[in-house]
Amino acid sequence: MDVSHNGFARISLHVNGVERSLTIEPRVSLLDALRDHLGVPGTKKGCNQGACGACTVLVDGERINSCLALAVQYQGRNIVTIEGLAPSGVLHPIQQAFIEHDGFQCGYCTPGQICSAVGMLEEFRSGAPSAVTKNGVPGDLTDAELRERMSGNLCRCGAYVGIREAIHQVYGAMKP
Amino acid sequence: MNNFTYSSAIDTNSALKLFSESPDANATRFLAGGTNLIDLMREGIEQPQSLVDITRLPLAEVQQLPDGGLRIGAMVRNSHLAAHPLVRQKYPLLSQAILMGASAQLRNMATTGGNLMQRTRCYYFYDGAAACNKRVPGSGCDALEGFNRIHAILGASSKCIATHPSDMCVALAALDASVNISGPSGERRVPFTDFHRLPGDTPEIDTNLQRGELITSIDLPASSSGLPSTYRKVRDRASYAFALVSVAAALRVEGGMIREVRLALGGVSHKPWRASVAEQFLQGKKPTPDNFSRAAAAELAPAVPRKHNAFKVELAKRTIALALSALAGDAPSSNAGGAR
Repeated sequence: MDVSHNGFARISLHVNGVERSLTIEPRVSLLDALRDHLGVPGTKKGCNQGACGACTVLVDGERINSCLALAVQYQGRNIVTIEGLAPSGVLHPIQQAFIEHDGFQCGYCTPGQICSAVGMLEEFRSGAPSAVTKNGVPGDLTDAELRERMSGNLCRCGAYVGIREAIHQVYGAMKP
Repeated sequence: MNNFTYSSAIDTNSALKLFSESPDANATRFLAGGTNLIDLMREGIEQPQSLVDITRLPLAEVQQLPDGGLRIGAMVRNSHLAAHPLVRQKYPLLSQAILMGASAQLRNMATTGGNLMQRTRCYYFYDGAAACNKRVPGSGCDALEGFNRIHAILGASSKCIATHPSDMCVALAALDASVNISGPSGERRVPFTDFHRLPGDTPEIDTNLQRGELITSIDLPASSSGLPSTYRKVRDRASYAFALVSVAAALRVEGGMIREVRLALGGVSHKPWRASVAEQFLQGKKPTPDNFSRAAAAELAPAVPRKHNAFKVELAKRTIALALSALAGDAPSSNAGGAR
């Protein structure tokens, strides 16, 4: 299946619940497709090399770095950005908690932090281990677990304390 | 990033066919998770004319083999592999090593096959203005006399002192894995420790995979299952950093004697370094801290440190001894509280 012709590919992406068609060069990243081609600019471009996590989005519920993803690879996948977390205008619990705990200063890393936290809590709930999980079975979301699991998102303002408090609060509220 | 022709394969045969039909095999790459290749393309280090997307290949399963081993499909993503119940139960060393590499986002994208194919993070390899025999054969190596703190101490050459960046591969080397490969002339199987190469005079060639060949799966033998094991990684920050030195170790002691020992090192060589010298030294000996230290010293005896990385020799020795002591019950059993 050859999907690019004359340097362009006609593709369709499922973004925040809406099917969107676009014609792009195959070299366009998912990040640039969202921001520059689909008018969904909430996702941010930080390092553009997979080191900072500002571009984190959810694909089929899993967090990825959209800067290292080619848009053409993500047809038929369910892509959710920061805009898609509050479709009806009611903030997602993580968004609300970030406001309550000052989980940001300049706000640039925030969409990535929030999408990452949403994906992280789902990973934790599913029982996925981290590098600090003892004996391979996660127990409680300790501060060590949270820091390890969120290490892919950098905040140069240093709002980490508020970010951690916000995520701890949401985790505490969702515990059975 | 240069533009390219993109195609997407549905199975191994169509992937090999799309590759072989591309105008220039040397300018064609298989694309999996993209976490390294896309970055290299953006930096202009890789400039493929054609990409063959293999992420839709039906190779995303972890299967039990009849002999009790495990077959890991090349498209199984790193996060799924680390969390897989059979891997956690039978090969916890592999799960641990994967989880100590990269970030959660990257592990969600990166694949098993792609992890083997990732390239060095040597700064001079990445810097288009620097001399690098790996990037431009014959251009020289600015790392030799440059800032070589992260570089190799074992198996390097005068042409290249780059290290292999993977954690997962260090565990696979220790676990006696093998690599299943499909290519235009059929299928073949390579012991994991023969997959990656030392730099020698051809540092531009990282692996023994031929152009147009595709990794389809990794096999773990039953004989490596259930071994008491640990992965120790020393890095500049507690998470999300490449190894300065890492150690994958497995140890089985019976009747007060070492019956089986597996040892592999990361961050010290152009390939995941199976520490055979130390293993042979320890075979049949008592699991004492002194023996562990002597084994580590024997393994590191041929080390050739550069100006800024001499610390790695001592660090590797101590990390080996600590990992083995932990398995023998003489030291803390995890990284907790120490460097990760």
